[in-house]
Amino acid sequence: MAHLICRNVSMSYEGRTVVDNLSLELPRGAYLCIIGENGTGKSTLVKGVLGLKQPSSGQILFGEGLLQRQIGYLPQQSTRHREFPASVREVVMSGFLNQHGYSPFYKKEEKVRAKEVLSMLGIGELEHRSIQALSGGQQQRVLLARALCAASSMLLLDEPTAGLDAEASQEMYELLERLHQEQKMTILMVTHHLAEVKKYATHILRLRGDGYFFGTVAEYEEEVGKNG
Amino acid sequence: MVEFIDALFSYAFLSRALAAGLLISLCAALLGVSMVLRRYSMIGDGLSHVGFGAVALAAAMNLAPLTVAIPVVLVAALLLLRFTGSGKLKGDAAIAMISSVALSIGVIIVAKADGVNIDLNSYLFGSILVISESDLWLSVILAAAVLVLFVGLYSRIFTITFDETFARATGVRTGAFNTLIAVLMAVTIVLGMRMMGSLLISAVIIFPTLSAMRLCRSFKGVTIAAALVAVLGFTIGLIISFVWGTPVGASIVVVNFAIFVITAIIGRIYPEKH
Repeated sequence: MAHLICRNVSMSYEGRTVVDNLSLELPRGAYLCIIGENGTGKSTLVKGVLGLKQPSSGQILFGEGLLQRQIGYLPQQSTRHREFPASVREVVMSGFLNQHGYSPFYKKEEKVRAKEVLSMLGIGELEHRSIQALSGGQQQRVLLARALCAASSMLLLDEPTAGLDAEASQEMYELLERLHQEQKMTILMVTHHLAEVKKYATHILRLRGDGYFFGTVAEYEEEVGKNG
Repeated sequence: MVEFIDALFSYAFLSRALAAGLLISLCAALLGVSMVLRRYSMIGDGLSHVGFGAVALAAAMNLAPLTVAIPVVLVAALLLLRFTGSGKLKGDAAIAMISSVALSIGVIIVAKADGVNIDLNSYLFGSILVISESDLWLSVILAAAVLVLFVGLYSRIFTITFDETFARATGVRTGAFNTLIAVLMAVTIVLGMRMMGSLLISAVIIFPTLSAMRLCRSFKGVTIAAALVAVLGFTIGLIISFVWGTPVGASIVVVNFAIFVITAIIGRIYPEKH
């Protein structure tokens, strides 16, 4: 059954239509890479999926009981975090906010879960460190841990490896692949790295100013082979 | 010091100033943590200038200062938060524009209004004598509201301050939250600017967080330290002002700066271990 459904979705950015009449159905457990030049609406579509921006027409729907606020979101890297006083634990725990209504305090299970997620991502020993003191790759893992605490079954990542060196970037892709394989996470990712897309993705959405391509990786290669 | 404690019991204005000032400093520091970390430091500065204009207007129209100033500053706070969020008009430029215009309008009103007797100096730089009984009660209510907000919404405040987009994506109503912060901010500034002065009140919003950030590396640590720094800075500033007869607002700002320098040195000597 489809996990994410876009039905004739159009979205505009600063008065210009950037996503035009997009329709797709993404099965549960898929690994979708969203590619395309700058200005083709990748970030706008991400906002639409998260509910931060309404489509100008069409509908974005979720299947399998997924609620929009249960998507684990990893935003584009921002330099702000380098000066922000927060412990890794504080950042990761904030991922649970979508689950605990108006209770001001985090539950015991959530604290245990946060520890588990941190060790799963190989940063268990950083729990009490300040996020300021971490490397770019470590910071991204912390934000991925936060996304995982928020996520029930879908992760949405906006250029998760931007600003990371080759090694940290490779580790990030491997980590995501593990989450996809072992945790059966549905993954949506905006990226520019075509080699990794072909290696890990199951589906590709390529946005162009004048249209889009959506299909499996094999279909994409066939399409590219045909049209160049 | 003994002299100060004696005076505290003999002069009602002084005990009112101490009580209201402590509560306002505490609120300013707590709200300041979120404002400074979200890089909205200048909003406090802009709002206090708007507050000055509003108070001058109230005096010219023979109205109670707070009944005019609180709504005016509140509207300005909402507008500034919007500007800063939307990026259409650059936030810092918008603030600079609004604050200089508000200050100018206030000065013109004070200069031209007939029969208005406003002590310009006291409005711009504050006065220890102005805290009335009703100001004190408003301060108590405000402080209670800010403390309840901080404890009750602590995890939301952290999440929004750290990453507003993520907070929105997980279903936090950031618009409502920003409005609430704006309301509390407006009341804090209007109450605080009488004693601290409209040119100086923004210091008590910004300094405690900056000092706390030299010492603490977690959000909880910074929040608690900022509250302590604010209380300490206000108390020492008030004592100095009383004992040496220095202007109260300026004394508090200078004490806060001294605390900032000391915390910066301590932060250098003991950087984060690990």
